[in-house]
Amino acid sequence: MQSSAALEYDYSVAKLYMWTAVIFGIVGMTIGVLIASQLAFPELNYLMGEYGTFSRLRPLHTNVIIYGFTISGIMASFYYSAQRVLKVSLAELPFINALAKFQFLAYLVAATFLVISLAMGITASKEYAQMEWPLDILIVVYWVIWGINMFAMIGARREKALYISMWYYIACFLGVAMLYLFNNMEVPTYFFSGGLGHWYHSVSMYAGTNDALVQWWWGHNAVAFVFTVPIIAMIYYFLPKESGQAVYSYKLSLLSFWGLMFVYLWAGGHHLLWSTVPDWMQTMGSVFSVVLILPSWGSAINMLLTMKGEWNQLTENPLIKFMVLASTFYMLSTLEGPIQAVKSVNAIAHFTDWIPGHVHDGVLGWVAFMVFAALMHMAPRAFKREIYSKSLLEAQFWIQTTGVVLYFTSMWIAGITQGMMWRAVDEYGNLMYSFIDTVSVLHPYYTIRAIGGLLYLIGVLMFAYNFFMTATAGRKLEQEPQFRSPMA
Amino acid sequence: MFHWLEKNPFLFAVGVFVVIAFAGLVEILPSFTNAARPIKGLKPYTVLELAGKEVYKKDNCIACHSQLIRPFKAETDRYGKYSLSGEYAYDRPFLWGSKRTGPDLHRVGNYRTPDWHANHMWDPKSVVPASIMPAYKHQFKNLADLETAYAEAVTVKKVFNTPYGDDIQPSKAAFEKYYKEKALPEALKIAKAMKNKDVLAMVQQGKIPEIVALIAYLEHLK
Repeated sequence: MQSSAALEYDYSVAKLYMWTAVIFGIVGMTIGVLIASQLAFPELNYLMGEYGTFSRLRPLHTNVIIYGFTISGIMASFYYSAQRVLKVSLAELPFINALAKFQFLAYLVAATFLVISLAMGITASKEYAQMEWPLDILIVVYWVIWGINMFAMIGARREKALYISMWYYIACFLGVAMLYLFNNMEVPTYFFSGGLGHWYHSVSMYAGTNDALVQWWWGHNAVAFVFTVPIIAMIYYFLPKESGQAVYSYKLSLLSFWGLMFVYLWAGGHHLLWSTVPDWMQTMGSVFSVVLILPSWGSAINMLLTMKGEWNQLTENPLIKFMVLASTFYMLSTLEGPIQAVKSVNAIAHFTDWIPGHVHDGVLGWVAFMVFAALMHMAPRAFKREIYSKSLLEAQFWIQTTGVVLYFTSMWIAGITQGMMWRAVDEYGNLMYSFIDTVSVLHPYYTIRAIGGLLYLIGVLMFAYNFFMTATAGRKLEQEPQFRSPMA
Repeated sequence: MFHWLEKNPFLFAVGVFVVIAFAGLVEILPSFTNAARPIKGLKPYTVLELAGKEVYKKDNCIACHSQLIRPFKAETDRYGKYSLSGEYAYDRPFLWGSKRTGPDLHRVGNYRTPDWHANHMWDPKSVVPASIMPAYKHQFKNLADLETAYAEAVTVKKVFNTPYGDDIQPSKAAFEKYYKEKALPEALKIAKAMKNKDVLAMVQQGKIPEIVALIAYLEHLK
């Protein structure tokens, strides 16, 4: 990476997404804490009538976090770092810059309608693909505009070789496009019935087992191409930038990238173990899940070794703390996933709280930590101000880390407890527990999980305050910092 | 070794696409050529049941309930026969769920009654004292959307050849006829079995609340 003194970059689009990341982060995680508390204290289901039940709020939580918080973080990072690694400023491309702003507008419109429709219970019901067809079209438009912008910027680049982050952004664009289109194939009923019923209602193109197969091909790979691929793009840019260290190994990044691309797609079948999809697909899902450890750990180890000889930065710079812990959680999560994908383990783990536990050590520990670090690295450059408070960042780090640990440990215990109780038989071979016994036993773990989530949310609020103060009241910077972000 | 590729964004993108599309081609396509066929004797959902399925989707029961009995003794003992692919042939979308905060429902029609469901949805603690499920009282007031469900039946009959009879036709008049002659009597049967006076009165006035459709759907799950 060379000095970028010659070019004046335009961060206006990146800044818009930074703010929405903060706002959606607060909203999504507040709902998360509420629904976690509802499982421990069911009276909390009645705060907002029919709109406040766990079941109605849960997709709101997942969608606001995935498409609100995470996509905002990804887009902010993209519109910030793509200019830099391609050596082209958006200020030089006024049309693309305007298109990017229009894309942001489409994003806000889609987000608004998504929240309203989920609150009203208008849903296609497939997990992380709940949007009905009119919203699907809007989202496709949004995504295509992103692709146009990305390739226009690539076309205008001065740096001929694409940096590693760009590989991952391209993969994110293509992967989500392919998966989203196929999974959301649906027939609008209004137009096939001579105008009967609600115009926005649709019916899936696929039925039963086929539908499940396509859905988890999407569900699993949405995790790949939203929660993994672009987040790796972020860490490959922000960790070397913040630490001033070169990426440890080009060959390892190459191996991890192409390995991840090839292997990830096969692993979707592990969501359907012991179901009615053909057995060979289930086995492929299991096998490839285990193989997936290689490219996943490849990226994570590459990041950790980038810090070689500079581990003192871990104690001095909270942003390095966030990113190193993010890589570590990525390793934990990508080892845990394959374990759960082993058929015999899955027989116990599936349908239990171990699964949300696994998801959350990934998203809280890896995705969100990386987004926080990226936002705080960008803030001094985009707002030309010093980070408002280092001690606040330090405190946030420890509070949130405690929160994550409480979250996944309690869910491990809850999941395995419940999985074992469901199958427990007495000496005569009769089931030992009725279902409700296996629910009541979880109360303490649900409580601990809610506390863990609350700690994490407190950290998010501290972050939001810190970010807001940085943007508005941080000490003004004369010159753009080259590596380590200045903080008070 | 790959430096040339990284300087050629178009070929790079094509390369990525081929690599990620490969698994889908090998894994997904063969299953589609051999699409799930219905098991013998499987009937498509009635319009009332489809409307109930919409209530199931709207209040998002799949957040906590699965519809997939795995082939383990502990599961077949608890829920009944393990699930077969052909049983889902008319499920668009599939509603297997991914989490059992509550029990599986794939064969709930075998061991619960409309009466039980009515009490349970009104106040889960009245039948399962330790339940953490919220009450769904609004389902007793909101009306089920039979017209959209009818539109769905028309659509799947036309597009996917789902075996519906001649009473499913793409016109408002056909819907109104169906509503009066088929849907209402079916709803009345459920309402009577529910032993809830208010609900029964509503159905007798020609209005079908969500709870009646939902119970019709749950009764179909066998």
